[in-house]
Amino acid sequence: MSASLYTTRRIKNIAAMILSVAATCIGLLFLAWILWETLSQGIAGLKPALFTKITAYREEGGLANAMVGSLILNVLGILIATPIGVMAGTWLAEYSRRSKLGPTIRFLNDILLSAPSIVLGLFVYTIIVLPSKWLTNGDVTFSGIAGGIALALIALPVIVRTTDEMLRLVPGTLREAALSLGVPQWKLTVQILIRAARSGIVTGVLLALARISGETAPLLFTAFGNNFMTFNPIDKMPSLPQVIYEYTKDPSPDINTLAWAGAFVLTMFVLALSLIARFVFSRSKVSHD
Amino acid sequence: MHATVSSNAPTTARAEEAARNARDTRNDRLFGGLLKACALLVLVSLIGAAASTLWLGRDAFATFGWGFLTSSEWDPSNNRYGALVPVMGTVTTALIALIFAVPVSFGIALFLTEIAPSWLRGPVSSAIELLAGIPSIIYGMWGLFIFAPFVATTIKPWLMNNFSADPPDGQVSWLVTHVPFIAKFFSSEYPFFGAGVLTAGLVLAVMIIPFISSVMREVFQTVPTRLKESAYALGSSTWEVVWDIVVPYTRTAVIGGIFLGLGRALGETMAVAFVLGNTFKFTPSILETGSSIASTIANQFGEAEGLQKSALMAIAFLLFVVTFIVLMIARLMLRRLASKEGS
Repeated sequence: MSASLYTTRRIKNIAAMILSVAATCIGLLFLAWILWETLSQGIAGLKPALFTKITAYREEGGLANAMVGSLILNVLGILIATPIGVMAGTWLAEYSRRSKLGPTIRFLNDILLSAPSIVLGLFVYTIIVLPSKWLTNGDVTFSGIAGGIALALIALPVIVRTTDEMLRLVPGTLREAALSLGVPQWKLTVQILIRAARSGIVTGVLLALARISGETAPLLFTAFGNNFMTFNPIDKMPSLPQVIYEYTKDPSPDINTLAWAGAFVLTMFVLALSLIARFVFSRSKVSHD
Repeated sequence: MHATVSSNAPTTARAEEAARNARDTRNDRLFGGLLKACALLVLVSLIGAAASTLWLGRDAFATFGWGFLTSSEWDPSNNRYGALVPVMGTVTTALIALIFAVPVSFGIALFLTEIAPSWLRGPVSSAIELLAGIPSIIYGMWGLFIFAPFVATTIKPWLMNNFSADPPDGQVSWLVTHVPFIAKFFSSEYPFFGAGVLTAGLVLAVMIIPFISSVMREVFQTVPTRLKESAYALGSSTWEVVWDIVVPYTRTAVIGGIFLGLGRALGETMAVAFVLGNTFKFTPSILETGSSIASTIANQFGEAEGLQKSALMAIAFLLFVVTFIVLMIARLMLRRLASKEGS
């Protein structure tokens, strides 16, 4: 009787362990599958023309303008989001102690972190694209700036959250030591705390960059995209994810190959960024101890 | 010497100090105000997103009233719009994703916290996190070119042979003749066409596995070691420790993690836009094509004018409100574990 109970328990345990290993294998299998397809399908399109020619030439073309456009949009997004995000995160960590507003904003920031990016894109469409259309009588509608702002909205919560978390990791004794020397709080924050949390904040910015480099949906109705090389942020601006989206829908297999090559470049870029972010972060942990 | 110089020195020093203090106070206040303004931007962007979609969607809400939510019509040529099909597509794909993602994520979290040898934990959890780093447009391409054909040649014919009233191999299965309604969920006019609700749900499942499993892994690690050790000391097996100690202890946070995954799945756009098919037919079948809110917006917003644009804004508002509620529940449940940990 007790022997059979023991056997049932053992069988149950072994079954659970096997299922758990199987689940992990399923996860890893999909990762390998997706990476393998991106690599094997993308390699055919990896030619010099990919980086030198623009999308206007279609089958004989490359993705140069899309890559440049993506770079400009991402830099715009990060340039807008980083100062605002760092300041907001600093307020949450250092100034919101006694107010009720602090926890509320921290909570809402966490929600913004997972909010549908397409809705944030529509928000930017409403506040930037529509007004600029009215103000310029339809000359300027979609623009790189609008795209950059949309990406900044997506990057913002990531930077706010990491800044907040990193600053709260800075030991309180550091604050006490500085305050007891008569340092005003803003100086303490800028010159001591942010410096102490610097590599953590950089990690947050890198993660935010990785997040926005793959964003497509909000760019459809803010940057809009075009087929030419443009450096003017007031103009419609192409981006890599968006060209991938359009070229994937295309019926021509040659165009699809270009889309795969773009996907390969994009995936490598994003994965490299997250690896660098992890490296910076692990180094920051060592230096704090 | 000291005495001669210092007749008014203390007062100037004091005055200097007072001036410096006043300056510092003023700068502190300015600095704090600036930081607070930035933090308020988070609030502004959330309210702004809700308000702007509601404002531009007002025409659709005003024209169709409550019927907008219950009508399954989406007909740009006659300018008649109802949200039911995209709303249903969004909810169904997200639920299918949860059905597959939750057990797999639980298994992964269990593996990473209890089973795997410690040298394996780092690499495996990094690999699973990489899955979260892959851009959603890549999931969409993979879904369209690789996974949908796989579904069409392998999964869908098998499901139809076993569960539909109109199987490709012509033999209606025992299950279909004995279980009512089941055939309705597994019928399809095109047995060898891969895009559809099930395909989109499966792609979403792969996308949200890393989020759910990392939350589960983190909350599993918060269980006090002494609790687990006591259970092991009483002779529990690993599975019994997990199921009877770890899971009850972390239940709310685990559900929070699941809701977080649900929130992600509801708002996902690009992957779904490729593999859902973008049709507006009302059907309970998970093997048929459909549409979701996000994919409808992505596909139609560029060319939409007037009432159609307003209808798209209106469904965006619905999506935002629903994901906001789901994510709020998720965060509240996750926070309850954090406070438990603190006490």
